[in-house]
Amino acid sequence: MSGAFRLVGGRVYDPANGVDGEVRDVCVDGGRIVASVPDGAPVVAVRGMVVMPGGVDIHCHIAGPKVGLARRLEPERRRRDVERRRVIPGADGPSVLRSGTGGTVPSTFTTGRRYAGLGYTTAFEAAVPAMGARQAHQELNDTPVIDKGFYLLLGNDDFLLRLLGAGEAGAVPDYVARMLSAARAYAVKVVNPGGVAAWKRGRTVAGLDEPVAAGGVTPRRIVEAIAGAVDALGLPHPMHIHCNNLGVPGNVATTLATMRALEGRRGHFTHIQFHSYGRTADERPTSAARRIIEYVNAHPELSLDVGQVMFGAATAMTADAGVAQRLHELTGHRWVDVDVELESGCGIVPFEYRERNYVHALQWAIGLELFLLAADPWRVVLSTDHPNGGSFLSYPRLIRLLMDRAFRDEQLRRVNPAAIAGTALADGLAREYTLSEIAIVTRAAPARLLGLERKGHLGPGADADIAVYRPDADIEAMFAAPRYVFKEGMPVVEDGEPRAEPWGRTLHVALAHDGAIEARLARFRAERGTLAPDDYRIDADELRRGEGVAARST
Amino acid sequence: MGAVVLRLRAAPAVPLEAPCIRPDHFAALSEAEIARLPVWHGSEARALGDFFDVRGGHADDVRVKGELSRVKHLGAEMAGGRLVIEGDAGPHAGAGMAGGTLRIEGDAAAWAGAEMRGGVLEVRGRVRAYAGGAYAGSRWGMAGGLLLVHGDAGDFLGVRMRRGTIAVAGCAGECAGAEMIAGSILVFGDVGRRPGFGLKRGSIVVHGAVEPPPTYRYACTYRPPHLALYLRELARRGLPIEERFLGGAYRRYNGDFAELPRGEILAWTT
Ligand SMILES: [Zn+2]
Repeated sequence: MSGAFRLVGGRVYDPANGVDGEVRDVCVDGGRIVASVPDGAPVVAVRGMVVMPGGVDIHCHIAGPKVGLARRLEPERRRRDVERRRVIPGADGPSVLRSGTGGTVPSTFTTGRRYAGLGYTTAFEAAVPAMGARQAHQELNDTPVIDKGFYLLLGNDDFLLRLLGAGEAGAVPDYVARMLSAARAYAVKVVNPGGVAAWKRGRTVAGLDEPVAAGGVTPRRIVEAIAGAVDALGLPHPMHIHCNNLGVPGNVATTLATMRALEGRRGHFTHIQFHSYGRTADERPTSAARRIIEYVNAHPELSLDVGQVMFGAATAMTADAGVAQRLHELTGHRWVDVDVELESGCGIVPFEYRERNYVHALQWAIGLELFLLAADPWRVVLSTDHPNGGSFLSYPRLIRLLMDRAFRDEQLRRVNPAAIAGTALADGLAREYTLSEIAIVTRAAPARLLGLERKGHLGPGADADIAVYRPDADIEAMFAAPRYVFKEGMPVVEDGEPRAEPWGRTLHVALAHDGAIEARLARFRAERGTLAPDDYRIDADELRRGEGVAARST
Repeated sequence: MGAVVLRLRAAPAVPLEAPCIRPDHFAALSEAEIARLPVWHGSEARALGDFFDVRGGHADDVRVKGELSRVKHLGAEMAGGRLVIEGDAGPHAGAGMAGGTLRIEGDAAAWAGAEMRGGVLEVRGRVRAYAGGAYAGSRWGMAGGLLLVHGDAGDFLGVRMRRGTIAVAGCAGECAGAEMIAGSILVFGDVGRRPGFGLKRGSIVVHGAVEPPPTYRYACTYRPPHLALYLRELARRGLPIEERFLGGAYRRYNGDFAELPRGEILAWTT
């Protein structure tokens, strides 16, 4: 919380409120944006600077058991990227900024600090099994500055698959509500629907209509049931789906079929770049970005985040354990594979994207095609699927790739030319994102898609999460070191350096459910699991600063 | 241009991290600038001059005196110049060094010369575990240069070594040369269990007792002519090598057949 003040003279980019670079003041009081403050209120002069709402990351991996495992798997990347403990003098006494490590999978403190250091003030961990909810919350509790939450993995949940197999799809909404409530999660995540459960039994799933479990359960039925449950419950965020066949040449057919299967229901298709591949006769991947983005352009109920690949270090980290197995076999690099009993899988492989590699360059180009061919930026969110396509620290560079064609062309000349040949980039996509469009894809759109009414805009009542950037011809430098970042009105970053590290909120959905499913679930887990469902129910006091977000009325 | 002399006033209560002690950097710094270099005393940021008396500047010839067994990273990453530690050195001395010479007159704690890429690290006493080795997660350990040890070596000597030479006048502990990728390790005393475990290429030459792992195969007994030259060079550099080792035959074991069996253990036989 903070006292009243006025940001004066900045060029404000607040697309949710139709403000496009106009010079105007932004007033803050009590941690929120207000219409005005008294004339004597303190002033922060930001004349000539760019003022935006704080960034919102709709899809990243920053907390939970798999993130902890990835940290342990990559000591060599963290050893050379150490943040020391710091003591910062302040008006209310010194604040201690804890030490931490970086690399592609930073420690909790470094994660919060570095997001804030880019002007991001909200981030969602995109894949946590119910069994990992407690660890995820503990780590989110320990991640400073940003507001956060996580999505619960349900697309391979054994109990849910059995409900479908037994012809009890009608019970799915109650089960979803029960699981989200118990885990204090924010949204439902579906990863390779049914495919992970099948992979755990030694099978791979190629199509939407292949049976994956007893009773004729197919990926299509899982997707329909969960999307239907999310709608019925009025969840603030639509079903967040990672389609089947991630990374497989020709997977565009599965991705489009999944989009069609929603039949007009809302759906957020995550890291769509990894699902936008055509195929040559000899099984090489090609770009199918145009087919995907044209379909999405024409279907306003669909949204996506790109999952851009950035050259350099990355960590493949996924509930789609079969994908991790393939990457391990491809690279020969060490990996971790974990079975999350009855719920999910998990695989982790350290990775490196290289400019001269055909596949990597193709993936990079497809991501850019998707951005540059998108008709509606409100449904195309910037992400790297951190750390899968690259670290969130590469967002400023990605923003420059979108805003600065000369820079993009220079990069294009360095990457594998065969990979670029079949993409729209070869035809010379001239589009350059405007600052307003960047404000949409990095804050306004993700906040809207998440149903976060106080995020992603600077209208009265919004959280005073504000990023102020100094204009620079080098867009990457501009977005890498904000002049100021405010979190709920408190200055947390100045000139890219941390100034304070308050605790952000953990956002979760607040749902009513009738509990009829409870006894069945307890019986099922007692027969088949090692933990009873109540063992991993999260109590309100386990969240340092929890905030329930109500469902939309349906 | 004289030498820079650092004298540690008293042994620190908790370990002192001083990777700033690098002769190649001192060449461009005045006495006062050297004294202001950052060190970490536990979790506290301090200056080198808070702990050391500094004499001299603008020289890449450096001597460090005092009870240094709790001073970490002495000469780590150094790329040139000459650094002499007049006594024992704390962990990570010469780790990652790329050039120059580092001479430790006493013993060196763990990780001496770990992941070094070049230069010469000479330890007159003994070295602890992981000398010339690899840090957790690293694909490679020592990748170049020469590590000379007059005393004994601890476990995991030269683990995951990729290039360069390690010579130990005394004995070596367990798992010497484990997971080696290439390079040479010469030991003039005994080696502990599992030498060359998981080795792909490279040579482990042992003059005392050695038992190759079961995944090695005896190949032949022969007199490799290059080894005599090697040994003479090491002796010329001051390593105390017994005269009897300068000739003689070696039993050659190929391995490790659990990996890429392009390496060898050579066991001296008189
Ligand atoms: Zn992801």
